[in-house]
Amino acid sequence: MTALLDILIGGVFHAAVLFLVAAGLQLVFGVQKIVNLACGSFYALGAYFGITAVSWCLAHGMPPGLFLPVLVVAGLAIGLIGPFIEALLLTVYHRDEAFQLLLTFALVLMFQDILRFFWGADPQQLGDLVMTYGRVKMGAVQVPTYNLLVIVASIAIAVGLGAFLKKTRYGRILRATAENREMSLALGVNVRWMYASVFTLGTILGTVGGALVVPTAAASLDMPVELVVEAFAVVVIGGLGSMRGAMVGALIVGLMRAAAISWYSELEMLAIYLVVIVVLIARPGGLFGKPLE
Amino acid sequence: MRAAPAILSIVALVALAALPSLLTQYQITLVLPALAYAIALLGFNLLFGYTGLLSFGHALFVSIGAYGTAVLTSKLGLKSFEAILLLCAVASVAVAIPIALLSVRYVKIFFGILTLAFGMLFHSFLFKFYNITGGDTGIRVLRPTLLGRAYEDLDKTAFLVGPFYYYCVVLLAILGFVMWRLVHSPFGLHLVATRENRRKSEYLGVRVRFFRLIAFAVSAFYCAVGGAILAVNTGQADPELAYWTHSGELVFMTVLGGFANFFGPVVGAFSFIFLKSELMGLTQYWRFWLGAILVILVVLFPRGLAGLFAQLWARLHRSTPT
Repeated sequence: MTALLDILIGGVFHAAVLFLVAAGLQLVFGVQKIVNLACGSFYALGAYFGITAVSWCLAHGMPPGLFLPVLVVAGLAIGLIGPFIEALLLTVYHRDEAFQLLLTFALVLMFQDILRFFWGADPQQLGDLVMTYGRVKMGAVQVPTYNLLVIVASIAIAVGLGAFLKKTRYGRILRATAENREMSLALGVNVRWMYASVFTLGTILGTVGGALVVPTAAASLDMPVELVVEAFAVVVIGGLGSMRGAMVGALIVGLMRAAAISWYSELEMLAIYLVVIVVLIARPGGLFGKPLE
Repeated sequence: MRAAPAILSIVALVALAALPSLLTQYQITLVLPALAYAIALLGFNLLFGYTGLLSFGHALFVSIGAYGTAVLTSKLGLKSFEAILLLCAVASVAVAIPIALLSVRYVKIFFGILTLAFGMLFHSFLFKFYNITGGDTGIRVLRPTLLGRAYEDLDKTAFLVGPFYYYCVVLLAILGFVMWRLVHSPFGLHLVATRENRRKSEYLGVRVRFFRLIAFAVSAFYCAVGGAILAVNTGQADPELAYWTHSGELVFMTVLGGFANFFGPVVGAFSFIFLKSELMGLTQYWRFWLGAILVILVVLFPRGLAGLFAQLWARLHRSTPT
């Protein structure tokens, strides 16, 4: 029972962070039809920048309890590199998918060294700052309050994002552009602005995800390339372009990873890829995606 | 003009054969991986350039070649490199067929993601199942015999830059010739037809999935041969070979050379290895510069180096009246 609860909470926590990155991936794919391999790099960038921001604030006399808002602000701030990256992607929107994928792969390579240049090759972490919020007793297990806060924050972002896309004028235009780019262009939608803002939103989701995870795990140079395959698994299981899919996919991947780690660690990633392959074979469009062709 | 590719290939092969007398031993050890990648990419480009399917998981087949060589030489005691190449290639095709059966239903991004998932599946198997695969350290590769000769009088480097080097050049020549015939056969034209317009070629009776499957299997064959050469060169097969970033490098090299040209992948393999070693010598941030070069390539020169040469060549011919 204790083990099960551990898996459940650990899995949901991982899913909460994965969801943020995957949601960014889905937004960008939905509107721009680009699969962004560099989403993992944004995540890692958020993580490293979060560490730097919190350490700087602590050094300047910030009470440790305020580290959560600092992390969120740091994630939001560094996400503003989005428009610059988007300006680069502008060159390949009308080109073959191979070039789009390759361009984002080039970004992965470049970010790898940008991170190494600014933060060095050694993994970085925030120490036991996470314990400043204490623990919550849930039945037989004790969970750091911070982890629960992140889960709540992620759910709040999911709900907010859903309402934003469904209810606001911007959200409606965004969905219309995703559905039919030419038609929205003809109707006078500023597609240029749409693309730049959506990509930035996607970037911010990634960087905030990275910043939020960093008190519980070290930031390392393997982070970007490892996370991107997990985020891919999430969107493929859920269905490319679907927000509900990202949520369900993140839960499946998060829980499976937590379960595999505690029961049979050899299976960790293997199990996830197997699910991906099974889903692609049984439901090629993913659980919530549109059927193909 | 029809003789130009043949002349070009012969000149290139003679140049390759002459290299050991021109370069230092160290430089030749850099040419060896280029030869390995040239072979692997010739196969990869049958799928990417000719069939129009972008795989982000072909490092899987390279690593089958590498691990196959490692297991056969150091665990099973098989030393004949001809037998090793054949077994690895057959194993690679055997793995490729079920993967292809599942993947060739898709095109574009889904094909890329599915192949990436299969590649990572194999990587996590190599990485996690320590008892079978040696985990992150991998498996040692022992020196194979070439055409039955062991070359015991030579040390490791002398063996690699001597007989093994020439062996690989000959291998590239043979496999390159076979690929040339393949893409210029009706089979190759079928592939291009399915890439250009799937519907129309179906109406004309082309069995699209079947042809894609064959192209996939052939590419796996070539990648395994390349992987085997790589493994002998480094003396080690490790899981990094199967990681998705390695698959990305394969795509990088092909685009660098130019996937629209038959010789593009070979040019790409050589220039990538040269570029990478030069950059690594200059700065520890070579990945950044590689990425920057890839950005420039994608944005400005999507037809790669071979496309650039072809353009220059055409301009040169236009300006000189004959």
